[in-house]
Amino acid sequence: MSETSPTPQTDKKTVLSVRDLKTAVATPQGQKIVVDGLSFDLREGETLCIAGESGSGKSMTALSIMRLLPEPMARIAGGTIDLGGRDLTALGESEMRKVRGDDVAMIFQEPMTSLNPVLTIGRQLREAVLAHESVSRAKADARALEILRDVRLSEPEQRLKQYPHELSGGMRQRVMIAMALACHPKVLIADEPTTALDVTIQAQILQLMRDLQKETGTAIVLITHDMGVVAEMADRVIVMQHGRIVEDNAVAPLFAAPKDPYTAELLAAVPKLGAMAGKDPANAHLQDGAAAKVVEVEDLTVRFNLKGGVLHRVVSRVHAVEGVGFDLHRGETLGLVGESGCGKSTIGKALMNLVPWEGSIRVCGEHVMRSRTAAADRGYRRNLQMVFQDPYASLDPRMTVGDLVGEPLVIHGLARGQELEDRVAGLFRRVGLTPEQMRRHPHEFSGGQRQRICIARALALEPKAIVADESVSALDVSVQAQVLDLMKELQDEMGLAYLFISHDMAVVEQVSHRVAVMYLGQIVEVGTRRQIFENPQHSYTKKLLKAVPIPDPGRRRDAFEVPTGEIPSPVLPLGQSVERVRYVDVGNRHLVAEAP
Amino acid sequence: MGSYILRRVLQSLLILLGISFLTFVLLYLIPADPARQIAGRSATAQTVENIREQLGLNLPFYQQYFRYLTGLVQGDLGRSYLQKTEVGELIASRLPATLLLMLGAIVCELAIGLTMGLVAALRRNTAADTSLMVLSFVGVSSPQFVIGILLLYVFAVQLGWFPIGGYGTFRHMVLPSLTLGFLGAGWYSRMMRSSMIDVLRQDFIRTARAKGLKRWQVLFGHAMPNALLPIIAMIGIDIGLFMSGIVVVESVFGWPGIGQLAWQAIQRVDIPIIMGVTLVSAFAIVLGNFLADMIAPLIDPRIKLR
Repeated sequence: MSETSPTPQTDKKTVLSVRDLKTAVATPQGQKIVVDGLSFDLREGETLCIAGESGSGKSMTALSIMRLLPEPMARIAGGTIDLGGRDLTALGESEMRKVRGDDVAMIFQEPMTSLNPVLTIGRQLREAVLAHESVSRAKADARALEILRDVRLSEPEQRLKQYPHELSGGMRQRVMIAMALACHPKVLIADEPTTALDVTIQAQILQLMRDLQKETGTAIVLITHDMGVVAEMADRVIVMQHGRIVEDNAVAPLFAAPKDPYTAELLAAVPKLGAMAGKDPANAHLQDGAAAKVVEVEDLTVRFNLKGGVLHRVVSRVHAVEGVGFDLHRGETLGLVGESGCGKSTIGKALMNLVPWEGSIRVCGEHVMRSRTAAADRGYRRNLQMVFQDPYASLDPRMTVGDLVGEPLVIHGLARGQELEDRVAGLFRRVGLTPEQMRRHPHEFSGGQRQRICIARALALEPKAIVADESVSALDVSVQAQVLDLMKELQDEMGLAYLFISHDMAVVEQVSHRVAVMYLGQIVEVGTRRQIFENPQHSYTKKLLKAVPIPDPGRRRDAFEVPTGEIPSPVLPLGQSVERVRYVDVGNRHLVAEAP
Repeated sequence: MGSYILRRVLQSLLILLGISFLTFVLLYLIPADPARQIAGRSATAQTVENIREQLGLNLPFYQQYFRYLTGLVQGDLGRSYLQKTEVGELIASRLPATLLLMLGAIVCELAIGLTMGLVAALRRNTAADTSLMVLSFVGVSSPQFVIGILLLYVFAVQLGWFPIGGYGTFRHMVLPSLTLGFLGAGWYSRMMRSSMIDVLRQDFIRTARAKGLKRWQVLFGHAMPNALLPIIAMIGIDIGLFMSGIVVVESVFGWPGIGQLAWQAIQRVDIPIIMGVTLVSAFAIVLGNFLADMIAPLIDPRIKLR
């Protein structure tokens, strides 16, 4: 561990001291304690990470300190929050208002929704200054510009006049940070500040927070579920579970020798980039070296038209996918990675015929037609199924889960009556649920269980391949690991092929036999897992891999090699076309796009 | 932007053309004989035939429509059969009164509706909220002639605060405006309530509070502009609702606007006037929607007109 990061600073004074904090939420079943006896001290210039899975109470802790709990549903039920000699829990709302933004500031997870869409960036920043300082409007505007420069936002003068929707997610998060730091707070609470961002943007934002902390000495409470971010940022870590602290330690010993079994479990479940180094992925169905091709994609192109003008004609196009080709073999997992907007999800949708596309898609040797009869459509859908990202949104809340899983069989006329019942029961057992649960509704299940139900539904037709679009991204790491295990088991047993679409490099490394990296609608590098992760050739692949935070404080990069800039737009005026990349084989079918 | 406006204007003209055609067809099918009406009962068959010839009523349907349309393009709405005046002049003389009434109604419904909705949203699930929403329900479901007559009875007949009917002063305006706006107020209070509750749940409201803004700053600076967005779009549609309301309200209060004109024309089957009023109403609705769409991007920068 390179020793520039401040470790125990006993000489620094304590700015925030939380003692025995209890937060209660009213539920139909009565009061529920979501934060239970939380205590910690935060020193000047220190970064304290609060880590835990969903429902651990970490966000509630942040909102309690800010006194921004959604009252009266949630309230502080006990304890003290001492900030510079004042107990925040005892302050009235108008006193507390003066503390918010001035002494304690907060940044939130969702940069897309955390800024007011109808007010300019300048107005929202100016307000933050004027809320606590009696200066003139012109002075406040000058300050707004100054803090935008501090957060290294490009073209700050222009940004002041822009509205949030004109900025990318990373830029908005910079604005949020600027707003939070406008009045030089003593404590900055950051609730999952980079969770919604792409890895390269995440690296930029984390670096910015560290730089600003060095300049201002602000103490940071960083709330995150991502142990990689914890390892990268924390001086000290609090691990929470069910509202309680299970472990509180400096970052290095916590990762090296977790004392609590839950911490150990959490750390073990985290997929680590590089964990698979040197290992060749086993594929039970590839022994003969030439397994059957299940999906063959050639020259796949998806473009969306944007209309405009008097006659509402097409004026420009989103070039979402441009001439992509790949094969997917029996028993194989092909990882498709890239940042948001690169077209990876669009490929999944094109395979399922959910968006208009051009090119050639073959499933089990048969050409998929863009316009088909319903019968032909069913025939091919039997072989290719999809599992979506959000297990909460992709199950009809009014149907029982048994009906949901059985629906494909009914639609395809494959089973009815007792046979249907038996087959659905079999599917439930297959994904680790019990047939007794069939009569329940989706809301009675947890996220992980729901994703199992989605997998069962996809399996109902005994497909040859499954498109898994960010299928484990919404799950906590421990649940994620279980679902990934299930997917692997099913693959070994049934020879399923997966097109595994994900933004998470570590997960992709863990599950993939081969990996394709996408950038701006095209594959820029494709090869086996070892080729991509151990010998990346394309500059974008390298950049992507470098940006991933590693859950190991010993490998902390104090100055990130921060990737700069944003991904250019895939929208082009009509008539202009995207230049197709050409590939060079650098050995053993490891294809890399040539530098233009 | 320019091309958007041009496209919308073309679309609007098409809509108006369609409406003129539909009204023409409907009125053509009415079994009344305008020539006989003009000539009177005692006229000879020859006189009636002459008048028919004069007005072109014996021409085939499409030629009649074409003649009407030619006049329309030149701004000629035709001539009333019975009042013997230009329809355009009649409408023009009545329009200011109607516009004034509509303005009064918009002010009433926004003032009452938005206030009720805001209070209900802030006092959600309290007795105040419930009673306001019951009141708005009454507003939405009561026929305008009932409200009009009730208001007349209480405030004009019993209390004598306002005149019973007529036109001229501000006091004359109050009761008709209230009557016409009552329905809208009911709708707006419901929309405002749900819109406000929805906005207050948004992340950016939490951000605004986290900045340390005062309660009224959060409410009026951050929540209000967002909560008003769906309501602006409604005002455009409202003008259409008013058009049906003014016939009733103007009759109840003896307000000399185009609603009354239309009512009288319908009773006497004065087809040119009915046509004229219908077209003017359609124009008002089209214009109202157009204006609402033009205003929306001024308030919501995410809306791009193209």
